[in-house]
Amino acid sequence: MARLIRTEKEVEGRYTEQWVVVDEDEAIDQWPQGPGAVVGRSAPRLDGYERARGQAAYTADLALPGMLHAAVLRSPFARARVKKIDLAPARKAPGVLGAVGPGDVHVLTDEPGFHGAPVAAVAADSPAAARRALDLIDVEWEELEPLLDPEEAIRQGSLIEDERIYDRGDAGAGFAEADVIVEGEYRTQTVVHNAMETHQSVCRWEGDTLEVYISTQYIWGIRDAVAAKLGLPQDQVRVVCNFMGGGFGAKNGPGDYTYIAIALASQTGRPVRCALTRREENLAAGNRNSTIQRLRAGARADGTLTALEGDFVNAVGWDGWSGPTYGPMEMLYACDNVHTRSNGAKLNLPPNAAFRAPGFVEGTFGLECLLDELASRLELDPLELRTRNHADADLVDGRPYSSKNLLECYRRAEPHWARRDEVRARSHGTWRYGVGLASQIWYGGGGPPSYAWVRIGSDGRATVITAMQDIGTGTRTAMAQIAAEELGLPLERVRVTLGDSARGPYASISAGSSTTPSMGPAVRAAAADAARQIIEIAAQRHHLEERVLSLKDGRVVSADGGSWPIEEITGLLDDAQILGKGARGPNPTGMRVLTFGIQVADVAVDVETGEVRVERIAAIHDIGRVINPLGARSQVEGGIIQGIGHTLSEERLVDPRTGTVLTQTLDAYKLPTIADVPEMVVELLDIPDEHLTNLGSKGLGEPPIIPTAAAIVNAIRDATGAEVHTLPVTREEMLRALAEARERAKLEAAPA
Amino acid sequence: MAIDLKVNGVVQQVDPPVGRTLAESLREDLGLTGTKVACGEGHCGACTVQLDGLPVLSCITLVHTVGDREVTTIEGLRDHPLIDAFVRTDALQCGFCTPGQIVSAAALVAAEPEPSVERVRHAMAGNLCRCGAYPRIEEAVLTWRD
Repeated sequence: MARLIRTEKEVEGRYTEQWVVVDEDEAIDQWPQGPGAVVGRSAPRLDGYERARGQAAYTADLALPGMLHAAVLRSPFARARVKKIDLAPARKAPGVLGAVGPGDVHVLTDEPGFHGAPVAAVAADSPAAARRALDLIDVEWEELEPLLDPEEAIRQGSLIEDERIYDRGDAGAGFAEADVIVEGEYRTQTVVHNAMETHQSVCRWEGDTLEVYISTQYIWGIRDAVAAKLGLPQDQVRVVCNFMGGGFGAKNGPGDYTYIAIALASQTGRPVRCALTRREENLAAGNRNSTIQRLRAGARADGTLTALEGDFVNAVGWDGWSGPTYGPMEMLYACDNVHTRSNGAKLNLPPNAAFRAPGFVEGTFGLECLLDELASRLELDPLELRTRNHADADLVDGRPYSSKNLLECYRRAEPHWARRDEVRARSHGTWRYGVGLASQIWYGGGGPPSYAWVRIGSDGRATVITAMQDIGTGTRTAMAQIAAEELGLPLERVRVTLGDSARGPYASISAGSSTTPSMGPAVRAAAADAARQIIEIAAQRHHLEERVLSLKDGRVVSADGGSWPIEEITGLLDDAQILGKGARGPNPTGMRVLTFGIQVADVAVDVETGEVRVERIAAIHDIGRVINPLGARSQVEGGIIQGIGHTLSEERLVDPRTGTVLTQTLDAYKLPTIADVPEMVVELLDIPDEHLTNLGSKGLGEPPIIPTAAAIVNAIRDATGAEVHTLPVTREEMLRALAEARERAKLEAAPA
Repeated sequence: MAIDLKVNGVVQQVDPPVGRTLAESLREDLGLTGTKVACGEGHCGACTVQLDGLPVLSCITLVHTVGDREVTTIEGLRDHPLIDAFVRTDALQCGFCTPGQIVSAAALVAAEPEPSVERVRHAMAGNLCRCGAYPRIEEAVLTWRD
């Protein structure tokens, strides 16, 4: 019987309580630790050939009959008022079939609050015709003074949400107890996701149903949002995303482009594509906002933290959310006295969007650099300082962790950390070498609801059906592995059908490192349901008890030694099919489900030019059971590489006077290239979380990007003594920090 | 103006408007959507195709300038050993940049069957991958004949 319970759900660090229906069937035990027949063993991506050969059809590749192309007129000003707008000249342009302006669609505005805010759009029979028509729209702008300084915004009360204050214990008393207090101001820059496939949708009316083909991380979220906005029954919106070209957090919602495509499709009666250009992508598709962090830490001489204090400013932009930059300070260490204050400034800058561990990437940079400054003052080994302040239970709400193996991560980091004398000794000429480390905490437990079906035909092959999306993380492959393991089938006999809300059950968002921990248990439950049915059939056919039968290597195996190919059993059914159904169960009650890890970086710094080279990064993470070691390694490496970009090269630059975005192209916005990649050593603990679902797997998308910046900057300090407080570490910032370190050394050397 | 385009060994007539890029012609006139356009201004390498074996950015190449040169796209490299190498080494994540990566790599290994790490990094530095599959791309190109 189904039972209704209340459970906690977390996405990107935001918790909500929700009702969930739990199956009363007996719970499925986790598989033993270590590789199984398929799970825990490296598997190439199931869709690797399709993607590599260019056969995979992304939203960008879709060409529906009669499809029109939209182009969007975006505000060239950070803040302006549209005094007059006339779409008529654009409507009359060759090839143009539709146009919309402020008032026609809720996302179009006549009071744009950021450079790139959508004002009007046209639909034409080619992208070129649509772009040409934009120039014909007659607009009279009144340019207004933009608000760009986040601290000024906070003084003026221009906030995205209310100020957040957090207190644990008494920070004042904690600082009074401290033998050493360190403080620092840390700043992180705005970075842009820049997924290779830009944000885009193709929308078409089919009878009373709206079809939305979209590059998205959340098929069902798009369905629900669009249905609610249009006042349609949910299943009259069909959302399709079979292949998508990256998201990194920016593709969780419908965005302006989807609503523009819908409006123009409604107006013209034709399918409409609205695809952002790369320049629009750098203006109006979200970003990781910049932060200012004023931090203090107090400790006793033995390293015990007595107090932590942080004042966090998120320069959110015109819209978005104020992320948990304070999170690491509150959660990472066993410190009884913590005070944080956090504000999100509403500014005339492009809205932010979740970006791979939002808040924690920024907050870990500040906190973990401060910890190294503390270690230096205490003359304590930085790894030892972290070990001494290890949290055995969650300090925010006192709950135990469902599992935590951070000390084991620290232990495995020791050999990498112990190389530092050898690395430092490589210094030569103007090059200085050093090693740094940083710890990591994040969510990643996923949660219900999520559903999967497993269909088995008479040929003994299985298809996993669920309307999830694979955003490039390899979840399609991981789901097939889980089903294959449960069904005792070789991987090549399992397929996965996903990507269409009309062709499968509800599935989790692919954000917050949640796809595997949310979807995996549902897939396993569905496969177990199908396996049970096969065994029931085999038991009846061969007059055996069900309990002596199991599935292995594509066969139904009896404890007495007999065995039959699965297809011989399912073959009895002819065209009948076995359908297994599975649902994600609740998260463990009263526990905190989190991920942990540490990274150790080797860097080289040219003290004359300020050039920084990352030579090596060792990453050790505790994310529960690993489903596919091959894909998991790729996730970690990719996260580190994005972290290197965040640390050294990427920055969205804005004209400080006008608020217009200067870095709109991929030559101005510097993404890492293959030539920027250091040696990487990836170690995943692969210890199942015994309390978490039937799998014990947590998510892996976000943890690897979190500690990278702090590990690199701490290595820079180890190499040179320079204290970098601002990202990215441009040569200018590096040379400034080196000069400051030289001044400091001079003062210290001077006789008192 | 109608022109003959030699693509993957087949001559096809197309009639693109003046100003159309090779990428647009391949994708829209010929339906060869394996060639991706990610920036549209020659900065990312996703649209890479070969002209007479040399890697070229098709999003900033006007189709009318191609002339007699032989165009090779990812569709013409479907059986190239690099495809297996990319899949085997997990050299792709979202896969959107992958066709361009493989087209670039194929030009490299055709000229230099055993490229050094430095050569691979040099030749592939113009192909951006936001997912960061770079270490595996390097491995795939270095081991393409395995």
